[in-house]
Amino acid sequence: MLKNMLKATVFATTFALGGGYMASAALAEVVYNRGNDTDPTTLDHHKTSTVAEGHIMRDLYEGLVVQDNKANVVPGVAEKWEISDDGLKYTFHLRADAKWSNGDPVTAQDFVFAYQRVQDPKVAAPYANMLYPMVNAEAINKGEKKPEELGVKAVDDKTLEISLSSPTPYLLELLTHQISYPLHKASVEKLGEEYTKPGNMVTNGAFMLEAFTPNDKIVMKKNPHFHDAANVKIDTVNFIPFEDRANCLRRFEAGEVQSCSDLAYEQLSYMKEKMADQVHIVPKLGTYYLPVKVKKEKLADPRVRQAISMVIDRDFLANEIWKGAMQPAYSIVPPGISNYDNPIFLDYKDKDILDREDAAKKLLEEAGVKEGQLSIELRYNTSVNHKNTMTAVADMLKSVGINSTLVEMEGTGYFDYMKQDGDFDMTRAGWIGDYSDPQNFLFLFESQNLGFNYPRWSNADYDAAMKKAGETVDLKERAAILRQAEEIFLKEMPAIPVMYYASGNLVSAKLKGWEDNIMDVHGSRYLSIEN
Amino acid sequence: MLLYVLRRFASAVPTLFVIVTIAFFMLRLAPGGPFDLERPIDPLIIENLKRAFNMDKPLPQQYMLYLWNLLHGDLGPSFTRRDFTVNDLFRFGLPVSIQIGGTAIALALVFGTFLGSLAALRQNSWVDYSVVGVATFGITIPPFVVAPILSLIFGVYLGWLPAGGWGAPGSMVLPVATLALPQMAIVARLTRGATIEVLRSNHIRTARAYGLPSWVVLYVHTLRASILPVVSYLGPTAAALMTGSVVVETIFGIPGIGRYFVQGALGRDYTLVMGTVVVIAVFVVVFNLIVDILYAYLDPRVRYD
Repeated sequence: MLKNMLKATVFATTFALGGGYMASAALAEVVYNRGNDTDPTTLDHHKTSTVAEGHIMRDLYEGLVVQDNKANVVPGVAEKWEISDDGLKYTFHLRADAKWSNGDPVTAQDFVFAYQRVQDPKVAAPYANMLYPMVNAEAINKGEKKPEELGVKAVDDKTLEISLSSPTPYLLELLTHQISYPLHKASVEKLGEEYTKPGNMVTNGAFMLEAFTPNDKIVMKKNPHFHDAANVKIDTVNFIPFEDRANCLRRFEAGEVQSCSDLAYEQLSYMKEKMADQVHIVPKLGTYYLPVKVKKEKLADPRVRQAISMVIDRDFLANEIWKGAMQPAYSIVPPGISNYDNPIFLDYKDKDILDREDAAKKLLEEAGVKEGQLSIELRYNTSVNHKNTMTAVADMLKSVGINSTLVEMEGTGYFDYMKQDGDFDMTRAGWIGDYSDPQNFLFLFESQNLGFNYPRWSNADYDAAMKKAGETVDLKERAAILRQAEEIFLKEMPAIPVMYYASGNLVSAKLKGWEDNIMDVHGSRYLSIEN
Repeated sequence: MLLYVLRRFASAVPTLFVIVTIAFFMLRLAPGGPFDLERPIDPLIIENLKRAFNMDKPLPQQYMLYLWNLLHGDLGPSFTRRDFTVNDLFRFGLPVSIQIGGTAIALALVFGTFLGSLAALRQNSWVDYSVVGVATFGITIPPFVVAPILSLIFGVYLGWLPAGGWGAPGSMVLPVATLALPQMAIVARLTRGATIEVLRSNHIRTARAYGLPSWVVLYVHTLRASILPVVSYLGPTAAALMTGSVVVETIFGIPGIGRYFVQGALGRDYTLVMGTVVVIAVFVVVFNLIVDILYAYLDPRVRYD
């Protein structure tokens, strides 16, 4: 009897628990615990600048145009737009159902207000210069003109007109950046700096701010007024800052977070072995390159520079020195960039390093450089990785009879030294693109760009191609012209591209909809969680 | 006694004043500032920022302003976390740090004294050796080794407890254990040493001669005297633990105030560092006072008036 009663109790309890579980499963909210690099400096997007802040802002706000999960530019608040023939005027038509998280409609005035505020010197927006192509933007930011003089006008509630001072074919790319998101004019005017507080903050993205506990997490809830809310599958996103990448790795393994925004590279082989497909390392918008001072006599011959480039074993640098945090590069413009359908690479990209050494020796011979005759100085700024990179390069150069010496410089003076036409042979530099467009990489080597043209390379054909691209509105045509420019660059080799920067993410197999892309953007609205 | 406490509080004020002053000027001596970022900002914008944070004023004036605000309990706005004041940050973080540090100290006190007196009573037996052995081990293995190992074992492999984070049930266990273990070891060793000494003292022999039960001898007469070194050790230690541990907070991802000291110093967040200094100083002063009061209570030879 007692036994039966026990059985009945156990059964009833199990049933009750099971039933409870099932009921809660049906109602269970979908929570995405999302690892991020750090906390944001602020939730006022005009004052943000980092990638980690970009991830948060992308979920809170929607710009005129947005990046989908493959980083393609697609309509956001604007459902369509027209570009004038001269490329100087963009007219955006806002969607009728675009709403703020409090139910207010998103209007053209909200964008005008936000874009004027970005340039207001009092706001001190660090990325204000990204929107300088807008008429009068720079002058306003320098305090020379009033914010109302900005070339952005609301024609009516749902029509926005942006005037540019020169054609900017990558404008749409700029408009996907967090600096270009709108602001809820009414609440910012009413609350001032307090508008970013939970409870005050009104946003127009797929999610809205619920809570912000520093060093713990930022909680966002699905925005019921978002026009595409029906397709947003996650109810709550917790952005968790991880200063310690290994901590994110452990919590990922324990199933407590579904993605990590960076990798503990010292444990890369362990991760690859244990998590295989969940480790995502892809090139991002950045190139690590070695500028060569072309005006030095010994380095003036492009064949010599090409020979140096040939013998650099990029795979070794990327995988051994940088432990997979970089990827081998054979072009200055990283592949996968927007507005560049047919990327160009050095023709020895897939050749064996031994064959390349032979080819390099031949080139040097043609240029009249005998073995052991050429001696160059490799200069780098203080960092263990840069030092190891240059040490390895020195070793690779030795295989074709080029001697080299290493010179280390303190970081602060280093870039200034290169800018000021310092007396170097070869150095290292890196460039992370601000927006996804080849122009943002190729402009570095225009002859009049003395701030970044460290090699002091000057090529009339290259300059002409860059100028022509700047005046070409048709994106296909422009891409072809920019490709010609890069072709000249890779032939002349004033700077040797060696690695692309890479982004590393841990992505749970349960997290669906994640697409690797060069911008490393992954809006939570495109993701879902499967159990 | 009350007079003594009041006198001590009064003497704490100049101490705090000196600490705040030294910290304020030392911070400004460090090269760089909160607005020196990787990507240089327009000088005009920097001027605007400086004005917003009162940094355009001469240094002595900034100092007076800081003191004035401090007297009103206002620690100022944070430079690096612009959505928060330093008061906000402590309001979120301090309860977390106190909770973790306080629990760790309590555990260390209870288990440490128990194990220590046990070892002392069974001196030179296997109990003694194992307590001393484990204690030595606990002291020598640093938290930055213990923390990830605990997280790996209990969080990742066994899945019994959260591997990190804050708020989920059980998320306190591993950080508290990491903090408590070495303290427990130290307390055990201190208790053992003191107990062995006290057990040989005259008043214990007298108590035994009176025929008092051994538990009375141990817990009433011996422990009261042997806990004195533990109390003086735990005062400053409690202050340190309750104001957060950088290592434990970073490894487990805990939103306490321990990390603010480092984050603030690296980001030249002057107000945040100053705030941390003030909070730690207050804790140290208060806990030292508590230790002195406990001494008067525990040790009949100590009298303060």
